[in-house]
Amino acid sequence: MVRFWQWPERRSRLSKPRRPVAVILPLLGLLALAPPAAAQGSGSQVPGATAVLIGYLARQEDPRTPLSFLEPVATDEGLQGARLALADNNTTGVFLKQSYRLVEQVLPQDGDIAAGVKALADEGVRFVVADLPADALLAAADRPEAKSMVLFNARATDDALRNEQCRVNILHTAPSRRMLADALAQYLAWKKWPRWSLLAGRDPGDALYAEAVRRAAKRFGGRIVDEKSWTFDTGNRRTDTGVTTIQSDIPLATQGPDYDVLVVADEAGDFGDYLDGRTWYPRPVAGTQGLTATAWSRVNEQWGGTQLQSRFEKLAGRWMTPRDYAAWLAVRSVGEAAARTGATGFDGLAGYLHSPDFELAGFKGEALSFRAWDGQMRQPILIAGPRMLVSVSPQEGFLHPVTPLDTLGDDAPESKCRLNR
Amino acid sequence: MRHLLSCTLLLLAGPVLVAEPLLAETIFVSNEKDNQIAVVDGDSLQIKTKIKVGRRPRGITLSADGTQLYVCVGDDNRIDVVDIASGKIVHTLPSGPDPELFVLSPDGTKLYVANENDNMVTVIDVAERKAIGNIQVGVEPEGMGISPDGRILVNTSETTNMAHFIDTEKHAVVGNVLVDSRPRVARFTDDGKQVWVSSEIGGTVSVIDAAAHKVIRKIRFEVTGVRREAIQAVGIQMTKDGKRAFVALGPANRIAEIDTASLEVKRYFLVGQRVWNLAFSPDEKRLYTTNGISNDLSVIDLERNKVIKSIPVGGAPWGIVVKP
Repeated sequence: MVRFWQWPERRSRLSKPRRPVAVILPLLGLLALAPPAAAQGSGSQVPGATAVLIGYLARQEDPRTPLSFLEPVATDEGLQGARLALADNNTTGVFLKQSYRLVEQVLPQDGDIAAGVKALADEGVRFVVADLPADALLAAADRPEAKSMVLFNARATDDALRNEQCRVNILHTAPSRRMLADALAQYLAWKKWPRWSLLAGRDPGDALYAEAVRRAAKRFGGRIVDEKSWTFDTGNRRTDTGVTTIQSDIPLATQGPDYDVLVVADEAGDFGDYLDGRTWYPRPVAGTQGLTATAWSRVNEQWGGTQLQSRFEKLAGRWMTPRDYAAWLAVRSVGEAAARTGATGFDGLAGYLHSPDFELAGFKGEALSFRAWDGQMRQPILIAGPRMLVSVSPQEGFLHPVTPLDTLGDDAPESKCRLNR
Repeated sequence: MRHLLSCTLLLLAGPVLVAEPLLAETIFVSNEKDNQIAVVDGDSLQIKTKIKVGRRPRGITLSADGTQLYVCVGDDNRIDVVDIASGKIVHTLPSGPDPELFVLSPDGTKLYVANENDNMVTVIDVAERKAIGNIQVGVEPEGMGISPDGRILVNTSETTNMAHFIDTEKHAVVGNVLVDSRPRVARFTDDGKQVWVSSEIGGTVSVIDAAAHKVIRKIRFEVTGVRREAIQAVGIQMTKDGKRAFVALGPANRIAEIDTASLEVKRYFLVGQRVWNLAFSPDEKRLYTTNGISNDLSVIDLERNKVIKSIPVGGAPWGIVVKP
């Protein structure tokens, strides 16, 4: 089973996960202002209030089990971000006589994506938050019903989705691997830590992440002095043999030419968290663990992030992950388009989302918007330590004629996406 | 220097005048990170003392009689009331959760507080020391402005991106105006005809017709050598004659001066890093600004249009108020 997970954050101190009952009540209160769902077909005007339907499409999957005991096993990643943004949209909607409803379509593990898309289409949903890995996302986007939809890719970081496999009906709120790797590379360049040793896991996603790291090294003056694959077995985080094996495995895995930083590609979090403090050389770990380039992390409270974090925790009873954040951005994008245009019909909203006027505040200190050439949301990327925010990229000094945000990931001239040209 | 000179003249003029305080205005700065209020002497431009308050002080204002300071201490979910003479917290007001900014009614009897975490504005009776009402507003309420007659309150909500016009008698929202992203500060002109709202992420100031609830002009800023994203409008102040307006531009490290007749930017002042808020001296000859990253206070001479001094005041200065 190929896993395209966003890597986990390391966490500490977390209250016992609660069921999100507390949230649902206020949500219901807001929804009560909306007309009955049956009357809410997109584009159909309801006197006094108009409703925008937003779908959430996902498949059930085995919960991610982080290596660290400080991190909970979350079963509702992504979905809770969408729910929070829906509540935010509805709070604003009260003042504009607009309302929003989230149509949650969570399929069984081997559920048929086509049936999921059709079910959403039958309900009149035309904006869909796709919390899916790349193959399932493409399967959804290529359904006939999806031709008249906007799908938000709130999960898959695959660069191919922004290039050769780009689709006109997809907007990406999750950053690409290249954006993440570029963000890290800029920081390492700023630190003057140019020698990297690359250690990649065995998942296909890890190979793709490693590829993005190699590309970033070329772009920003890093040098990969050694490359290794993680070939040791890892298993359940709870084993009675404790740390003994790990302690002897990791020096072996990281021995080799000297380097400044060990860059790890372990998207699923199978071993990366074991590295720090056990490497052959006394050097920092960066990448998918350690000094992590990520769209969102609990360690960030800059730019009013405190409010987003605390609203989310009240709702979900756990910390907001990058997957939750991408889903939040997707649902908020629809809300922002509706608030700005006053439109509730598909064409008005979709047109605005794709226009250069679209701007979303996403608690990152500057406006976020979609790149015209590949539908990717441009956004600052956090460089997060396990317990503290270390930096935010783009770094000072990496210049761009339009916006420094476009120094991260595929810029227009590099993009292999040919849909909009 | 000028003050020293006038002080000497006063001495020469006779003993009666000497008993008067000098031109000594006092500047109070809330240091978000230090949990302190820095008290700066307006004559010497030196720190006189620091007053310890609750956690994360931001919004700060003077009581109607000028003897007390109200300070929003967001992380303690309350408002500290500081007696200026003794420099002590004398009591606290129940603000509701996470107060960030507030405004005092012109008659000094009520405080209107933005509760950032609760999509709410809380009304506090200052004498009774209790909350007497709540008004539901948009997501992340922040800026608070009140009309000169006290009848209309304007609150901004940072994620909803609106200025909410609130009838202070009825405690009801009577109008909503969409502005650019992340509105921070709302300020009425002294004639009550306009409300100026700054948008941090949008980087603009919306000038709103207070009666019609319509944006009549969006003021944009452009600073050579500063990228557009760094231009983030926050604090706003206007002179009493209504002619000059000043807007803090956050990480652009600039204060913009706007001619209120033409609504055009006249000039930019380079101040400290991440400038949040600003306040005039009582004679409006000076403008003081709080700079959150460089941890200082910039002093602008408004007669010569020059930044004349920066004073280190402590960790992450945010709010500012000047007592004559």
